[in-house]
Amino acid sequence: MPVLWLFLIIVALSAFGFIAGRARAYQSAGGDVRNLHSLPGYYGYNVALTALVPALAVLAVWLLAQPMLIENSVSKMIPDEIIAEGSNRSLVMSDVRRVANGLDLAVSSGAMTNDEVNALSTDTSDIRATLGSIGVALGSDVSPEVLAAAQSYRSKSYTGTLVMTVVVLLLAIGGLALAYTRTHKDFRARNVVERGVLGLLIIAASLAILTTIGIVLSMLFETMNFFRLHPWTDFFFGGTWSPNFRGDSDLSILPLLWGTLYISFIALLVAVPIGLFAAIYLSEYASNAVRSIAKPLLEILAGIPTIVYGLFALLTVGPMLVNVFGRGDQGLLGVEWMSGATSVLTAGVVMGIMLIPFVSSLSDDIINSVPQAMRDGSLGLGATKSETVRQVIMPAALPGIVGAILLAASRAIGETMIVVMGAGAIAKFSLNPLESMTTITTRIVSQLTGDTDFASPETLVAFALGLTLFVLTLGLNILALYIVRKYREQYE
Amino acid sequence: MNQMTSVEKNVNTQDIKISASGVQVYYGDTHAIKDVDVEIEDKTVTAFIGPSGCGKSTFLRCLNRMNDTIDVCRVEGTILLDNEDIYDRKVDPVQLRAKVGMVFQKPNPFPKSIYDNVAYGPRIHGLFKNKADLDNIVESALRRAAIWNEVKDRLNAPGTGLSGGQQQRLCIARAVATEPEVLLMDEPCSALDPIATAQVEELIDELRTNYSVVIVTHSMQQAARVSQKTAFFHLGNLVEFGETGQIFTNPEDPRTESYITGRIG
Ligand SMILES: Nc1ncnc2c1ncn2[C@@H]1O[C@H](COP(=O)(O)OP(=O)(O)OP(=O)(O)O)[C@@H](O)[C@H]1O
Ligand SMILES: [Mg+2]
Repeated sequence: MPVLWLFLIIVALSAFGFIAGRARAYQSAGGDVRNLHSLPGYYGYNVALTALVPALAVLAVWLLAQPMLIENSVSKMIPDEIIAEGSNRSLVMSDVRRVANGLDLAVSSGAMTNDEVNALSTDTSDIRATLGSIGVALGSDVSPEVLAAAQSYRSKSYTGTLVMTVVVLLLAIGGLALAYTRTHKDFRARNVVERGVLGLLIIAASLAILTTIGIVLSMLFETMNFFRLHPWTDFFFGGTWSPNFRGDSDLSILPLLWGTLYISFIALLVAVPIGLFAAIYLSEYASNAVRSIAKPLLEILAGIPTIVYGLFALLTVGPMLVNVFGRGDQGLLGVEWMSGATSVLTAGVVMGIMLIPFVSSLSDDIINSVPQAMRDGSLGLGATKSETVRQVIMPAALPGIVGAILLAASRAIGETMIVVMGAGAIAKFSLNPLESMTTITTRIVSQLTGDTDFASPETLVAFALGLTLFVLTLGLNILALYIVRKYREQYE
Repeated sequence: MNQMTSVEKNVNTQDIKISASGVQVYYGDTHAIKDVDVEIEDKTVTAFIGPSGCGKSTFLRCLNRMNDTIDVCRVEGTILLDNEDIYDRKVDPVQLRAKVGMVFQKPNPFPKSIYDNVAYGPRIHGLFKNKADLDNIVESALRRAAIWNEVKDRLNAPGTGLSGGQQQRLCIARAVATEPEVLLMDEPCSALDPIATAQVEELIDELRTNYSVVIVTHSMQQAARVSQKTAFFHLGNLVEFGETGQIFTNPEDPRTESYITGRIG
């Protein structure tokens, strides 16, 4: 039975449970709602949720676990000898899955019966041709071991799904029956539903946290693999970044970190004044009409995908800067300081533009949270608006704005697409903003794209870089949140 | 109410400092002030009394154009300060507010040190010659607002860390330090104990020798004690305006009488 049907049946059962539970509660109260402990709907929800939630939870876990377990046991059927040179077990296993799926298709399209499939053997028929005729293309002939594994895969999946269907249905019906029998006018359905809702909310929250932990752990393991292959002193304290595939790469984060921080610095130099002034204008000076138009417009900037900013850097800002700072006599300044469109300045300026709405909307919130009484007090003493902003609002909002800037900085440090397209690929320490440089994120992308070998330090370094980046931005975010929160308390 | 007899004899005719006529205030569709005419004399204390929500603060805020900061607020009619229309285009509200200072109903010290709070106005308007001069201004403002003894040892502590009543006096000091010609005080003693109240009333009396003071108060006794003129507001109307002694002893309007004797409010 397809999973969709199973799901629909559970939902239908639970809907039925809702109606039945409500009706039973009504009845037990003799038709008078006032005799019930809770509103009738709560009894319905109680039955519906008891039927639905455990069954769905088991279904979800089963669907995740079953393929892994089957894969594991089937994979043991494949002896090491048949894994060809240059191939590996996971490639063979994907063959097994393809064959198994092909056989499923053959049965469902009527080309073969279930028994024929189970009796199939490589000696008597050409499986590649048979499967090819129903539209499943295989890369090579099917070896007997693969076929056997595929057959076992199929039968295990079949039994697994069957057992799952039965278990899930039993759970749903059992939950429904249990909750239904417990439905009585004195039963505290409202409290039970409340606890159920609490449970759901906790699960949602912990899922989010668990994924974060999972991500960090997986990064951590790969990073540890990297440090087994490469000295950590070189990574943290070395001076050059030059990966090669002869095995003597210099993989130091410092030049990349330099590029990252330099570009982020320029981005903040662009974003902070413009964003802050825009926020001050919008919250202190603009009339309602202007604000209602300008604010959404500014926020549209925040919705532009960063790849579009990257294109903007590559096609517009870069060439424009070259026109000013490069091209010798043909350039605007008549100098030859910049050769290519990619540079720290290009990436920094475009990233700054990207961050403007981020800074401005955060600062806007913070400025608006300064109480009106502060403005009144200052204006009432004969201060002008800008004096009020400078001397009362800014000092009051400063910690919050510092927090906003730190958040913007952590976004700048983690930004990828703009620097991939605008910053260049050369890792070096240089103060010249017209040279192209590279960042941590760009290098992660380039180390993980193309041919990768997850056993070489040149690839694994990406995880070490990623983890460092994560720690860096996490630290900035925590600092920023701490500052923002501390400031919030001031007026409450 | 025997204090008011002493005030009564001080009343003498003065120049008109502020003259409001036909003032209407709307908050969106709410008509908060209905056709109010008041003349506020120089070197006089004028009290605004009336039940909560009758528009005392609103009218007070018209006198230094603080209502400009409220988007939905609309003011009609004419208000003359020294015979100049303060709602005229030529008038700069910023300059006006330096001349017509205000103490707000809720204390609103800036999140700065006590010293900087008081020095705020003098600094903005450049009212001092040197640091020692500024120190003097701050000290005398704090003394006049009857808070100097409590804060003289912690002038660098934040003003927001003071108690409610102390904040109220700090705000009075802040307004006084700017040397306004007219001081508008919206319930300046609402959070003060009797001793501090008496000190603030003393300050008001002292200010009267040079400035004109408008004070909103819910305390009949206070109005009687400090003011020479009293205006009674009710539901946005100015019901009665006249000599304080007369309003309290012999009100013309029955509404005034019932408010003063505590029957409406
Ligand atoms: N910012 C505002 N927006 C809309 N309506 C307002 C605003 N401020 C005051 N009002 C309305 O104007 C009327 C007068 O308010 P105002 O604050 O002047 O009263 P008040 O006499 O000072 O009262 P209280 O003695 O309680 O301070 C009230 O009905 C109030 O609801
Ligand atoms: Mg008021």
